[in-house]
Amino acid sequence: MSRKHNKLEAINLDAYYGDFHALKGINIAMEEKNVTAFIGPSGCGKSTFLRTFNRMNDYIDGFRTEGDILLDGKDIYTKEVRVDELRKEVGMVFQKPNPFPKTIFENVVYGLKIQGISKKAVLEEAAEKSLKRAALWNEVKDNLNKSALALSGGQQQRLCIARALAISPSVLLMDEPASALDPLSTAKIEELIYELKNDYTIVIVTHNMQQAGRVSDNTAFFYMGELVEYSKTKTMFTSPQDTRTQNYITGRFG
Amino acid sequence: MTNSEKNRLKDKAFQVFGVFCTFIGLVVLAVFLFDIILEGARRIDWDFLVSLPSRRAARAGILTAWVGTLWILVLTTIIAFPLGVAAGVYLEEYARKSKMANFLEINIANLAGVPSIIYGLLGLEIFVRQMNLGGSLLAGALTLSLLILPIIIVTTREAIKSVPRSVRDGSYALGASKWQTVWNQVLPASFGGILTGIILALSRAVGEAAPLIVIGALAYVPFTPSSPLDEFTVLPIQIFNWTSRPQAEFQTNAAAAIIVLLIITFMLNGIAVYLRNRQQKKIKW
Amino acid sequence: MRVSEKIIEGLLWLAAVITILITAGIIWVLLSESISFFQVVPLVDFLTEKEWTPLFADKKFGIAPLVAGTLLTTAVAISVALPIGLTIAVYLNEYAHARLKQVVKPLLEVLATIPTVVYGFFALTVVTPFLQGFIPDLAGFNALSAGIVMGIMIIPMISSLSEDAISAVPRSLREAAYGMGSTRLQTSFGVMVPAASSGIVVSVILAISRAVGETMIVAIAAGQQPRLTLNPLVPIETITTYIVQVSLGDVPRGSLEYKTIFAAGITLFIFTFALNNLSFWIKKKYQEKYD
Repeated sequence: MSRKHNKLEAINLDAYYGDFHALKGINIAMEEKNVTAFIGPSGCGKSTFLRTFNRMNDYIDGFRTEGDILLDGKDIYTKEVRVDELRKEVGMVFQKPNPFPKTIFENVVYGLKIQGISKKAVLEEAAEKSLKRAALWNEVKDNLNKSALALSGGQQQRLCIARALAISPSVLLMDEPASALDPLSTAKIEELIYELKNDYTIVIVTHNMQQAGRVSDNTAFFYMGELVEYSKTKTMFTSPQDTRTQNYITGRFG
Repeated sequence: MTNSEKNRLKDKAFQVFGVFCTFIGLVVLAVFLFDIILEGARRIDWDFLVSLPSRRAARAGILTAWVGTLWILVLTTIIAFPLGVAAGVYLEEYARKSKMANFLEINIANLAGVPSIIYGLLGLEIFVRQMNLGGSLLAGALTLSLLILPIIIVTTREAIKSVPRSVRDGSYALGASKWQTVWNQVLPASFGGILTGIILALSRAVGEAAPLIVIGALAYVPFTPSSPLDEFTVLPIQIFNWTSRPQAEFQTNAAAAIIVLLIITFMLNGIAVYLRNRQQKKIKW
Repeated sequence: MRVSEKIIEGLLWLAAVITILITAGIIWVLLSESISFFQVVPLVDFLTEKEWTPLFADKKFGIAPLVAGTLLTTAVAISVALPIGLTIAVYLNEYAHARLKQVVKPLLEVLATIPTVVYGFFALTVVTPFLQGFIPDLAGFNALSAGIVMGIMIIPMISSLSEDAISAVPRSLREAAYGMGSTRLQTSFGVMVPAASSGIVVSVILAISRAVGETMIVAIAAGQQPRLTLNPLVPIETITTYIVQVSLGDVPRGSLEYKTIFAAGITLFIFTFALNNLSFWIKKKYQEKYD
């Protein structure tokens, strides 16, 4: 089996919100076409860390980083990197489904349209492909011009995944993508993640330990801005090295 | 009578007074509308709407006045709409928290409290004299645009504020730039609110007489204006002019013109309220 | 694309900055014309003379009569609007059903949307003749009718803003008052109104500012006779009316008479500017109290 290359890396990463030291000396490398889960108690920095990979923190006043974040071995926090290009490569799905108040079709092709692609045939093909990929096509194919806000929560989240896939990223960041959904919809999203990892490098933040166990290959445990432990998910859940990890996954705090 | 009984009595008395106060304004409004309609309605006919002003009350009409009002509405919209929305977008989406942003905010609140007649003096000096526009429609529309700019900016900001952060995040995460996000997501999602604000601002502009009198809009214009550089009058000025005359026939004319002005004002407000309600129903985040 | 983003941001910035230019423009226009006015008429005369007759042969330039007229109509308006507006605010908050409140509030707002020229007509043709039935001495033009009608116009301003302030008072405070056996009236005026006082004061100041700058009602119904009096039954002239009066006439540009409207204008501007900033200051100072 050929070794996969490191898709995402962080080297000595520190991050600050003003005076608050949110991430402390993080070192991590994530292989391509793998699912990595970030777990840890609220406020541990896992979402902040996730958002450094597509620079979503850029708009927050007073946010800054030290150290390097690498995508395919290249630093993404240099001046030459254009944030919009980066985000085409690194897609993101949010905690609460956030479809645009437009039609389903307009939602899916939004990323392409802002790139200046306007040919109807191209857009339609991309929309169908992405919706199929996100396992939503059969449910919406007759209603592409209906408002996205009319979909159920689970459907909305899959629409947001389709929207992210439409611009063909290689990385998919998911920030607690199922926390606002019912168990059935959650199961569908998890199935989908399992499907998608054949083609995408996926990083998922989750509060739900079982979910991390079900969907991820590797798990990283964060605590108070530090990366405490990072290993194969199986290893972490069966024999955690750090007592803090142990306490967390056995439910002593969270 | 015990103390507690006294207190309860006072409480009841205030309740009655409360009802009285709440409805006195509405009763006065009703009496007034009734009086106006009684006096003015019989004067309104086709001739009244399409006749030029005249020194003889029975022949005078409001053609030049309502055409002037229409011109002013259109020109003011063209000038104030893009300017106000752009300023609102800047303050809400672009401006970082800074002394400058704070100053801009206080300044706009201050402008909203400047009496309309002061805007008239500003328009008189800048538009009429310095820019040499005279007492033209353009000078009037520019003056009123400045007057309603604070209203448009404030309502634009509120409408934009109501668009949730998650919509912007979604757009940015797909690689959209700031302006692409504003143009494709934020503005369409807040358009109903912005439109409501603009219409309310216009309903304010349509009733203004003082600043236009100051810039030299005329009470008597024998022709309907045909270009933005023509002289003009508007309904409120025509009403003012007729009201100021002693003869009863002119008072009747004034009442009739008031009916027309009120119809326009209430229509604009009605549209605004309708849009607001529809917007609130349509989008539930 | 980055360049066009910058250009767009620049244009939006420009639109925002125009608002500063407007303020600067107002101050510049008022100052520059007034300064040349005060080069002819000493400021001391302007402030201390008791007559204002710039349009007569015997010219006197004392602003006092116009200020008196303005304050008189404003005082009448506030003494109508404050008790009624505040009572409505308390009533809607403490006594009325939520449904009634929902219906009444927008209806009252209608009062604020009616053009002021219409109110002027109302004051002159309905209110004055009506009042003359009780007060035979009432002149055809007078501060009383104009003030009362102006008061009706600004009722919603006071009632809305005060109502907002009262409903922002924490629930716990009201419940504490009821818990001790207070009636609604005692709760309202003993607890709620004092607790909301800063918001209520702000609403009154803004209403005063509005009344001071109001033009068409007084221009139509209060008369055009500058008079240093506190008698609301006789014709007077406000600052705003004077500006309208000159604007309607044929005063040549650049003449001293022409400049008087800017001197009157700057007086008015100083009044409203001070009132508005006072209200901002109060709002800011007391805002965090319950956060």
